[in-house]
Amino acid sequence: MSENQNPQPSHDVTPHGGDGTLAQADRFADPGVPEHHPRLADSDPRAAKRNERLIALLFVVSAIGTVGSLVAYFAVRPDGTTEGVRLSTLLLGVGMAVSLLGIGIAAVHWAKTLMSNKEYIEERHSSSSSAEVRETVATQFQDGYKDSGIARRPVLLGSVGLALALFPLSIAVPLVSSVGGDWNVSKFRHTLWQKGTRLAYDPSGRLIKAADLTVGSVAHVIPDVPAEERESHHWITEKAKAVVLLVRLDPRDLKRDHREGASHDGIVAYSKICTHVGCPVALYEQQTHHLLCPCHQSTFDIADGAKVVFGPAKRPLPQLPITVDDEGYLVAEDDFNEPIGPSYWERLK
Amino acid sequence: MKALAARRHHRLAPVLLMLLALLVTGGVYAALAPSPAAQADTASTADIETGKKLFQANCATCHGPSAEGTAQAPSLVGVGAAAVDFQVSTGRMPMQMNGPQAEAKPPQMNEEQTAALAAYVASLGAGPAIPTDEQVDASLGDPANGAALFRTNCAMCHNAVGAGGALSEGKFAPPLFETSEQNIYQAMLTGPQSMPVFNDANITPDEKRDIIAYLDEQRDGSAGGLSLGSLGPVSEGLWAWIVGLGLIIGAAVWIGAKSS
Amino acid sequence: MSTTTPSSPAEPTTPVGKTADYLDQRTKIGVLTKQLVRKVFPDHWSFMLGEIALFSFVVLILSGFFLTMFFEPSMALTRYENEHPATMHGELMSVAFASTLDMSFEVRGGLLMRQIHHWSALIFLAGIVVHMMRVFFTGAFRKPREINWLVGVTMMILGLLAGFTGYSLPDDVLSGNGLRITDGVVKSIPIIGSYLSYFIFGGEFPGEHIIPRLFTLHILVVPALLLALVGLHLFLMVLNKHTQYPGGGRTNNNVVGSPAVPAFATKMGGNFFIIFGVLALMGGTMAINNVWNYGPYDPSPVSAGAQPDWYMLFLEGSLRLMPGQAEIVIGGYTLSLNVLIPAVVVPGLLFTFLFVYPFIEAKVTGDHREHHVLDRPRNVPVRTGLGVAFLFEFILLALAGSNDLIATHFSLSINTITWVFRILFFVGPVLAFWITKRICLGLQRKDRELVLHGHETGRIVRFANGEYIEVHRPLDEQERWLRVNYDAHAPLQIEPAADARGVKRKGYKSDKRWQRLSRFFYEDRVEPVTPAELAAAHSHGEHDELEPTHSAPELVSGSGDAEREH
Repeated sequence: MSENQNPQPSHDVTPHGGDGTLAQADRFADPGVPEHHPRLADSDPRAAKRNERLIALLFVVSAIGTVGSLVAYFAVRPDGTTEGVRLSTLLLGVGMAVSLLGIGIAAVHWAKTLMSNKEYIEERHSSSSSAEVRETVATQFQDGYKDSGIARRPVLLGSVGLALALFPLSIAVPLVSSVGGDWNVSKFRHTLWQKGTRLAYDPSGRLIKAADLTVGSVAHVIPDVPAEERESHHWITEKAKAVVLLVRLDPRDLKRDHREGASHDGIVAYSKICTHVGCPVALYEQQTHHLLCPCHQSTFDIADGAKVVFGPAKRPLPQLPITVDDEGYLVAEDDFNEPIGPSYWERLK
Repeated sequence: MKALAARRHHRLAPVLLMLLALLVTGGVYAALAPSPAAQADTASTADIETGKKLFQANCATCHGPSAEGTAQAPSLVGVGAAAVDFQVSTGRMPMQMNGPQAEAKPPQMNEEQTAALAAYVASLGAGPAIPTDEQVDASLGDPANGAALFRTNCAMCHNAVGAGGALSEGKFAPPLFETSEQNIYQAMLTGPQSMPVFNDANITPDEKRDIIAYLDEQRDGSAGGLSLGSLGPVSEGLWAWIVGLGLIIGAAVWIGAKSS
Repeated sequence: MSTTTPSSPAEPTTPVGKTADYLDQRTKIGVLTKQLVRKVFPDHWSFMLGEIALFSFVVLILSGFFLTMFFEPSMALTRYENEHPATMHGELMSVAFASTLDMSFEVRGGLLMRQIHHWSALIFLAGIVVHMMRVFFTGAFRKPREINWLVGVTMMILGLLAGFTGYSLPDDVLSGNGLRITDGVVKSIPIIGSYLSYFIFGGEFPGEHIIPRLFTLHILVVPALLLALVGLHLFLMVLNKHTQYPGGGRTNNNVVGSPAVPAFATKMGGNFFIIFGVLALMGGTMAINNVWNYGPYDPSPVSAGAQPDWYMLFLEGSLRLMPGQAEIVIGGYTLSLNVLIPAVVVPGLLFTFLFVYPFIEAKVTGDHREHHVLDRPRNVPVRTGLGVAFLFEFILLALAGSNDLIATHFSLSINTITWVFRILFFVGPVLAFWITKRICLGLQRKDRELVLHGHETGRIVRFANGEYIEVHRPLDEQERWLRVNYDAHAPLQIEPAADARGVKRKGYKSDKRWQRLSRFFYEDRVEPVTPAELAAAHSHGEHDELEPTHSAPELVSGSGDAEREH
């Protein structure tokens, strides 16, 4: 490394970047590193003093910021309300920011104005090692190879390969066999719905009478299970498959069901899980009877068998067959007759 | 621009008509009106009569002379006073131009006129009535239950805190930050435009009030600071790039610049 | 510079000296430090873009440590009994979600730390992207830094993984739906999809294992890998020494800049505090990911504006744009190409491009030299064009992932936007490439023009014969050097298909394909001005500058020797 002095003050030909492969006489000469311009603070002691004072001030501001944030921490005890938490977060954050920015700006200003800004030139060396080094290493490895005698003992080579290839299995097999639970992927096919399961409002769990639904209304529906069962993981996993969207159309508007005879007097129940990648499809537009998924905008026509009219889904939503029981409550006639939600390889098997 | 100007021209016509109707009905009203307090409770025949005149002047073109509906607009028989109050007090009706949906704008009618119109439409067939003050009083509701109901029934269109969202073909679910408690209740009850109906069996009156209480909570803003529109990760990302990265790169440029 | 430090054999007397002596006697640390203390680093603001990523990563670790003290990664269900936030009081939720609420509302400064952590994550990935842009467009990935480029791309992917796993931890409705989309994407993978879904979730979605699993990935596996790679990245950077921008005296054999101690290190340290300060300011004033608004995860609800953080938006957009017709059934097995293509193939192609580009460019350039002087983006038009096309695609997909917000904020139809984006997905990058390449070539020609004819001064002079000319001021040698110091690579020359005896050469076909690609890269090029050309331009006479026809473009087409109009 040498201080800024152009190594070749005059040169007729500068090989571009020194790559010897292309001899380019037809090139301009490198003018060398531009002249160094001193800063104001380099020559004017008063400017230097000013900068020094400014830098010191910034460090002091930082210290004040830290103290301020500590004061805010002890003085502002939020009561948990939105305003309280907001105020506490604001004061702590701003105090911290002042403390950090003070240090940062002061340090940079110090480096920029008071530390030397002379440019230095350091030589680079090739990224590769020299030929001798390479040769030595190669020889070392060859010596090691010979020394191990592996070339003369093929049985050893085979057996070490076998052992090394097999040993990870002792970890991998127990891991893989347990990590996927029971690996019973056929569970995708079944939901909590079965013949006679009553429909209930989500999240209240109240039962639904057909007469309660006015035309144009939509209800988010879960199967009726006892309230205590709805407080478990099992329920969340089952709910993820069982949620249904219930819509009452004017029977004259209902062109067709996706599953024949599944609707009841203009009331249709479709799986709420998108056949694309499984978001809950729930944006029901009452006037067009379109059901839109907010995640990827697949649009289904509820009046026309929930067929896809736009977006990345291919299949209609599965329909839940419903009817009313003796008491007038809506009940399921059966489970869905196809797996709900996104497609998977063995879906039709 | 010409087309726009022409449309504006057209737009004035119903306004003028309405002003005329106002003058006439205003005169009749001044003569016949009982004390305004009593009028709120019982829709008098005079109200209905005034409402009918207003209806003929402002609404009949699309909804038909006796509100039976036309090819352009639905029948209003049986929609109830709540629907009228929602549509008219938010300025959605009378509609001024065709678009993907009727948008909220400064209302054309004052409170008395809206009430008269509502009384008239309510007289055509039974429908949901305007909710009482107690029914929409946020302080009586349970915001936690409201949050759960809102998440399941409303958030997919109106966004998690009611910042609004897109529907298909240019339609949208409007933001609810500025919507009055009355209007929120009425919208649930009547299902205006694309919005489905949430009748009292689906979401009970108490639950509706809980939802109002939840939305009321949102008006305090966010505990974290500026809410950035409450639009979720996209707006957060935009702010991170513009404000955060902008400041940081600005600092880098300053650090890299030669000092004079 | 080591010579400036007096290395006296005498016993050290100061405490610092004693410590240094103690350490050195046991570790030979002096040898290492000697290399580093006065190591020269070039100064440029764009060289600090990588620091943005590095320092936000440090902030992520600091704030993340704070959060782990209060977060409980459990999916056990609990009732939230705290009074605040009122909208969550009495709700049934997972312990993970409850502890997130608790650290936000009950732990003083907890919400600040959460917000700093989340903002840092967004800035971390943004920093990676802008740093990669700098490296790509200046050709800093060329030999000997290809390996470091690969390390960098791998870190970007790990960064995405870190972000995704962290985003899902609070177990709220928004991130839960993100996990559900992940589940849907995983299920679309042929043959093993269903089993892979079980592998991830420990059974059916969502199950009760996913949050603890993500937590381990998020706070142990991914950050450990990232830390190791950060170390490798910095080590390689120091080993190869930093690249530098072209300029007088800057060659492939040197590095011009300031020494690590004190100026460079002080600036770097200062930059850390500035970045941390900005993140603290954002965390204190701008709300981010208010999970209590989304509520605890429940499979039924979803909210409008259901999107991932910005760095995952391209995947979201890709899924949104794909039409559904692509799902097919083969022999009774379902192949969801409508999911597989946008969620697996498209990102796969994008990442593959990033991984292989340096090697492809080296191959079509026939270049085996080391490069330490950066390219000006205009001087490599095809690379710059490809980079812009890539960015265009990435941004387009991110916008497609935000199409619902674009629709509501610009009063457009979401269906129209989707169709426009579907078309732009194919047309846009081609246009972006072509336009960028043309702009680069134009800028290069402008450079030539400037070198040959100098700056316009606006001074008009009249000659004795009545002729007017504008005086042009020639460039000084630094200005000129910047504009002439580059290589305009020509397409590869390959050996003929058959040798002199007519024997067909093996590998000719492959060579031919590479040559075709090489032509695509270097067919259109603008050669730098040579001293001879400059001399010729001057000898044309003083009023040469007046003749506009003279500035015929120096665009060279085709392979082989350049035909010049001069």
